Amino acid sequence: MTIGATLPPEVADLDGGEPARGAAAVAGRSPWRLAWERLRHDRVAIASSVTIMLIALLAICAPLIAHLVGHGPNQQYPTLGLTPDGLPRPPSGTFLFGTDDLGRDLLVRVAYGAQISLLVGVVSTAIAVVLGVLVGLTAGYVGGPVDALLCRFVDVVLSFPVLLLAIALVSIVGPGLIITIVIIAFFSWASIARIVRGQTLSLREREFVEAARSLGASSARIMVRDILPNVAAQVIVYATLLIPSAIAFEATLSFLGLGVVPPTSEWGGMLAESVGYYQVAWWFITFPGVALLITTLAFNLLGDAVRDALDPRAHSLFRNK
Amino acid sequence: MSDEPVPPGAGTGTAEPRASSPTSTALLELGDIVRWFPVRAGSVEPGGRRQVRAVDGVSLEINPGETLGLVGESGCGKSTLARCAARLQELTSGTVRFSGDDISRLSAHRLRPYRRKIQMVFQDPIGSLNPRRRVGSIIAEPLIIHRIGDRSERRDRVRHLMEIVGLNPEHFNRFPGEFSGGQRQRIGIARALAVEPQLIICDEPVSALDVSIQAQIVNLLRDLQAQLSLTYLFIAHDISVVEHMSDRIAVMYLGKIVELGTTEQVMTRGRHPYSLALLSALPIADPEVEAKRRRVILRGDAPSPVDPPSGCRFRTRCPVVQERCAEEEPVLHACPGDPADHLVACHFPLGDDESLTSDGRVPK
Repeated sequence: MTIGATLPPEVADLDGGEPARGAAAVAGRSPWRLAWERLRHDRVAIASSVTIMLIALLAICAPLIAHLVGHGPNQQYPTLGLTPDGLPRPPSGTFLFGTDDLGRDLLVRVAYGAQISLLVGVVSTAIAVVLGVLVGLTAGYVGGPVDALLCRFVDVVLSFPVLLLAIALVSIVGPGLIITIVIIAFFSWASIARIVRGQTLSLREREFVEAARSLGASSARIMVRDILPNVAAQVIVYATLLIPSAIAFEATLSFLGLGVVPPTSEWGGMLAESVGYYQVAWWFITFPGVALLITTLAFNLLGDAVRDALDPRAHSLFRNK
Repeated sequence: MSDEPVPPGAGTGTAEPRASSPTSTALLELGDIVRWFPVRAGSVEPGGRRQVRAVDGVSLEINPGETLGLVGESGCGKSTLARCAARLQELTSGTVRFSGDDISRLSAHRLRPYRRKIQMVFQDPIGSLNPRRRVGSIIAEPLIIHRIGDRSERRDRVRHLMEIVGLNPEHFNRFPGEFSGGQRQRIGIARALAVEPQLIICDEPVSALDVSIQAQIVNLLRDLQAQLSLTYLFIAHDISVVEHMSDRIAVMYLGKIVELGTTEQVMTRGRHPYSLALLSALPIADPEVEAKRRRVILRGDAPSPVDPPSGCRFRTRCPVVQERCAEEEPVLHACPGDPADHLVACHFPLGDDESLTSDGRVPK
C-alpha cells in the first residue's frame, strides 16, 4: 500500500490549496441565495407575488379608495345605493363594484376586507410558526418523556373537531378579530410542530450535531444554530401554504357569523350577506368571492414556487420535464 | 443509571477500576468501558430485554504524544468506543479518565472544560459539517462556544487554521457543499484544532475518502501531530492506514480488545489469529509473492453482539479453535517471552515460528 509514500507538495496540494471555482467568486452563495435566484426566475412565483402585492396595496390603500370615491366602508346609501325595490345596484360610475343589500359601496368594502384577510392570515400563521417550531424542536431534540407528552398534545389538537370547537369557543368568548386569530393559530401550529419534530429527529442523529456536542455546545445552541437552519426551508414552505388556509378559514368563520363581526367589512361575511341575492345581484357575491379566490390562489402558488425553489429536486407542478 | 443492567464479569482482567494512580501518566485512560444498547422492545421475541453489547469491557491507555490505532471490522464497536471516550455516549459502566480526572460521570456543564481538550474528527466529511453554515462559522464555532477571543481575533484564528490544514483562507465565506471530500475533511480537522486540544479522536477520518486523498489527510494529521504535539486515538478498519499512523495498535473484535501492542509487534509478530487474518487481507505489492501466499479467509460473518459466543468471542470463526475456547474467556496477557506491552487475548496464541492459514497453524 502506498499510503506512506510522501507525495510531492504540488500533488499533495491539489486537493487543498487550489481554488475550487475561480478565485473571483470567493464568497460562496448561500443555499438561501440560490433559492432566491431560482425564485426570481420562476414565472409563477413572480405572478403570484405581484398579485399578493396588489392585494396588499388594495388593503393599504383602502382608506384612500374610500376617500377618492367618497364612500365610507359602512356608509349606507338608501336612495343612491339601492333600487326603489330595495335591491343592490349593479356596478356603475358611482359604485364601481355595485352596492350590497344595505346600499354600501362594494369596492370600498372589498378593499377593507383585504385588510382583515391579510392581517388574520399573516398574524395567525406567524403565531402558529413560532409555537410549532418551539414545540417541534423541543420534542424532537430533547426526546424521551418530553417528546411523548408534546406529541400526545399535538395529536389531541389535531384530532379536535375544529369547527365545533370554534363555535363553542366563540359562543363563550364572543366573536371578534382577536379570538379569530387565536383560534386559527391554535389549530395550525400542531402540523408545523409535527413537521419540525420529524426533521429534528433525523437531524439530531447527523454527525454535525454530534460534532457540535463534542465541541461543548449547549442544547439550546445546537437547536438554534445547527438544527433550525436546516428545518427552516420546510417551515417557510409550510407557512406560505398556511397563510391561504388561514385566510379561507377566517372567511369560513365569518361566513358562519363566528369570525369578525358586522359591520366590519370582511370577505366571508360579505359572502354570507350575498347569499340571498345571488340571483338578482351577481356582483354582490362575485367581487368578494373572486377577491378571496385570487388571494388564496396566489398564496398557494407562491408556496409551491417557494418549495420548488428551496428543493429543486422535488416534483414541480408547472415545470414540464 | 441504577436500573441499567450491570454486566457480569465483563472485565478483561486488567479491568479493576483503579484509583487515580499518580504513577499513571496516561493522557486518556479507559477503564473497563462497557456500552450496551437495549434492543427495542417488541422487535425480538418476548422475554427479558436483550442488549447489543457494542463495547464489552475495554481498557486502554493513551500516552501523551502517541497515536493509538484501533482496528477492527465494521460493527465491532470501534466507533461506539470512540464516542464513549469522547463522552458523546453515556457509559453503561466503566471509567474514562483524562489526565487522571474521572470524567465518565460529569454533567454536560462540568464536562465543558474537557470538551476543549478532547476533540473529534468524524468519518463522514459531508455529514459532519452543517450544510447551512459557512466554513468560517463552522471553524469558529468552538471558539465561540468556549468564548475565546473577540470577533476579529476569531477571524484571524480561523484563517490561520485554514492555512495550517492546507485550505485557502480566502474561502472562509463558502459553504461545505462547495468543497471536495478531502477539503471538507480538512475543515473538520481545522474545527477540531481550533481550541488547541490535547487529544484528537479520529473516527475513521479517511474511510470515506479515495486512496490518494487518504494519503494527504493521513500525512496532514501526522504533520499536525509533530507541530502541535497532539495525541491521537486513530480508528480505521484499514490496518494499513493504522499501521502508517500509529505508535501502538489495538485490535478489536466484537466489543473486546483481542490484541494490543506496538505497531511493530502487532504487524510483524501478531499473536492473535484475528490480527493475523486482518493482516493477511492486506495486498502485497509484489505480484509474485502475492500469488504464492496463502491468505487466512475467515468463514461466516461476525456473530451478533446481542448474543456473543461463550468463552472466546472469536472461536466461531477461528481456524485454530479448541475446546477450551468455548469454556473459558481468554484475558489479555503477555505471551511468555514477549515484552510486557504486547498483550493478546487468546488461549493458543501463535508463536514466532508459526503462521496461520485458513485451515490452521503451520510451521513457518
